[in-house]
Amino acid sequence: MTQPAPSAQHNGPDKGAVAAPSDTPPSKSGGGMPALGLRLDVRILSLLGVLAALVLVGGITEPDAFLDTGNLQLILTQASVIGVVTVGMTFVIISGGIDLSVGAMVALASVWATTLATQEYGFAGIAFTAVIVGLAAGLVNGVLIAYGNMVPFIATLAMLASARGLALQITDGKTQIVTVDSVLDLGLPDSYILGIPPLVIMFAVVVIVGWLILNRTTFGRRTVAVGGNAEAARLAGIDVRRQRLYLYLLSGLCCGIAAFMLIVLAGSGQNTNGNLYELDAIAAAIIGGTLLSGGRGTIVGSVLGVLIFTTITNIFALNNLQSDVQQIAKGAIIVAAVLVQSRTMRGRET
Amino acid sequence: MAPEPPLLTMSGITKLFPGVRALDGVDLEVQAGEVHCLLGQNGAGKSTLIKVLAGAHQPNDGEITWRGEKVQLKSPIAAMRLGIATIYQELDLVEGLSVAENVFLGHEPTSAGFIVRTGEGRAAAKALLARLGHPEIDPARHVGDLSAAQQQIVSMARALSHEVRLIVMDEPSAALDPDEVDNLFRIVEGLTADGVAVVYISHRLEEIRRIGDRVTVIKDGRTVAVGLPAADTPTRDIVAMMTGRDVAYVFPPRPDEPAAITGEPVLRVQGLSRKGEFAPVDLELRPGEIVGLAGLVGSGRSEILETIYGARKASTGTVTVAGKQLRPGSVRAAVAAGIGLAPEERKAQALLMTESVTRNVSVSSLSRFARIGWIDRGGERKAARSATRELQMRPDNPDAAVRTLSGGNQQKAVLARWLLRGCRVLLLDEPTRGVDVGARAELYAVIRRLADEGLAVLLVSSEVPEVLGLADRVLVLREGEVVHTAPAQELDEHRVLDLVMEGSPTP
Repeated sequence: MTQPAPSAQHNGPDKGAVAAPSDTPPSKSGGGMPALGLRLDVRILSLLGVLAALVLVGGITEPDAFLDTGNLQLILTQASVIGVVTVGMTFVIISGGIDLSVGAMVALASVWATTLATQEYGFAGIAFTAVIVGLAAGLVNGVLIAYGNMVPFIATLAMLASARGLALQITDGKTQIVTVDSVLDLGLPDSYILGIPPLVIMFAVVVIVGWLILNRTTFGRRTVAVGGNAEAARLAGIDVRRQRLYLYLLSGLCCGIAAFMLIVLAGSGQNTNGNLYELDAIAAAIIGGTLLSGGRGTIVGSVLGVLIFTTITNIFALNNLQSDVQQIAKGAIIVAAVLVQSRTMRGRET
Repeated sequence: MAPEPPLLTMSGITKLFPGVRALDGVDLEVQAGEVHCLLGQNGAGKSTLIKVLAGAHQPNDGEITWRGEKVQLKSPIAAMRLGIATIYQELDLVEGLSVAENVFLGHEPTSAGFIVRTGEGRAAAKALLARLGHPEIDPARHVGDLSAAQQQIVSMARALSHEVRLIVMDEPSAALDPDEVDNLFRIVEGLTADGVAVVYISHRLEEIRRIGDRVTVIKDGRTVAVGLPAADTPTRDIVAMMTGRDVAYVFPPRPDEPAAITGEPVLRVQGLSRKGEFAPVDLELRPGEIVGLAGLVGSGRSEILETIYGARKASTGTVTVAGKQLRPGSVRAAVAAGIGLAPEERKAQALLMTESVTRNVSVSSLSRFARIGWIDRGGERKAARSATRELQMRPDNPDAAVRTLSGGNQQKAVLARWLLRGCRVLLLDEPTRGVDVGARAELYAVIRRLADEGLAVLLVSSEVPEVLGLADRVLVLREGEVVHTAPAQELDEHRVLDLVMEGSPTP
């Protein structure tokens, strides 16, 4: 045992007062920045890997049915509706919030846009109404949360209940068949552009615009700042309330667009539309790497999350497996993704 | 010297994190009944070392010997069973539970193994609190209702509720007032008299001199000195060992003549008050001037800054910047008028920890780099970098996540934010809290230079020498009232402490 005696030993080279070691490699361009989204980090690569594996499984179990062009178009179309909702949800979650009312807003917008009165105004009437109803519902959420100081969970839960109720009141539980041909045509193979359904193109546009807003604009920056540290954002001079209001408006807008897409796809409006979309959208964002506590997330990750879920559903349906098995598989994937997520987080800790 | 083996010996402790060698062969040896001080800059590995000692981290290499026997600390519970307790810097109390419930969290006195005997717990907690010199804390109160200092006491009571032989205290005095620090020292002395060893971590050398027995210095994950006598090792030597270079703890010179600070006040505060926090305050700041606010924690210092900044809404009074009166309670109005705040809690109130330096610096000036919301990222990066360069941030990596920076560099990132914004009035709340001794002198020089370039600076610090050394003019606060105003040269530490303490009940 060493006796306690004064001694000074200088070990190693003196590097001077240097900051704690950085795990971000220095880079000349902005390419290494964390929140960029496009950066092919481990998470995005692993999601791509999962998707590739699913395609492989689909290709092996049902080679003819799965890889059929029509089936692939179907997968993408189905992914488009929930995908648009997920883009809005991703913004809200990155800001540290949550929007439980997306499914109900989709339902409300889809039935309001398909009433007989609205259909008289044709294509424009349906599209306009769907978007406006979505925005209006989002506005109510935003005002309650940003200026009424309500917890997002509660405010949007209330919206979920009342929007569903209003949708039922409008339809009286009946399916509202769409008779406007120009709307229905959008869903037909004749309108496919280079084999791509118009709905998929709409989804792609929403994704690209969403990515640009998140990564290239002040709006995106402020969203991340509010979610990462709302108090710091406020003290840095950001109008946190207004930002929150805009975010729920954005989610409502996405729901309005999704409602229109659903009308095209189903050829009708129903008060049961968008059932459990909130859970699918939250799950897709989470497995895509968006932190539920806010401050971090990517549009690309969320899109991959949506594609993974939609592909699983498709493969299970092709293999005649019941939806109960699907639900279990989805649950397992969410758990696995969050476990991976918390592992990588722990690895970063010092 | 002591014939029996040391209470604790840690040798060659190595801890690797992905990409980081946090500990690279640290040695530590603690005797029963001593106060052993652990010194090192932020990032030197102190926190990692005490987490290894607490069983929260598993070392990759190295040996731990406890009372002559080799042990492995596989979990916090294992460490606690041996008698090692840790009081972390960030308090780990459950605010919604009572004092007694927090003290006995995880080992509540129970009947039949699961029915909590509330009365017994409260009585035992009461006894522990009394032993710690705070019999006035009611064990039934919610911890969330207590002051930071009282919470610290509860934390300590929790540590003592186990059978302890070694207590690790990580910056226990950071949130305490001078008289509370005295109480803390009394507690430490009582513990060591009972043969308990204390591992004491602090940035404040004067505290280490007062209560420490021996000092171990670590730097870059290695032990650079063991067993130095705490009382008489020259400060210069200690600083040199911590930083690897000779840095005097110096303040930059003031402008030659105080008369150099002239011109119209850029900030004028008139009759500003907040009910229950501070009485009406008048103050004026001229360009080039540094004004210090000295006072105890709870004297209203931070509250005054935050009210000027609009983060709190004033009950009465006005804030005027360059002749324009600000809308009360609006941070945005204050920022637009050219006020910047470097708040007390940097991590919680100023920084986006996972974001890059560039993004943290540009966050208050985004619209300057944006056309219809579209950010010119090249321009943003360049401007942010020139601001951090002007403040001599090292290493100069604009893409590094702010959480990987040292305290001094994090503070520079906050200052760079306001420099980039082009502010005229800078409000600094505890600008060197959590900043290493070596980096402080540099920060002082930066602050003085900003003032020389025409900024008006309002400084709050609980370290009186810092206020006296850096400010031109000092306002002394006591219980929300300005009790004295004088040029800094006319004051000394004792005078300020007298003014600050005067009238307050002596313990």
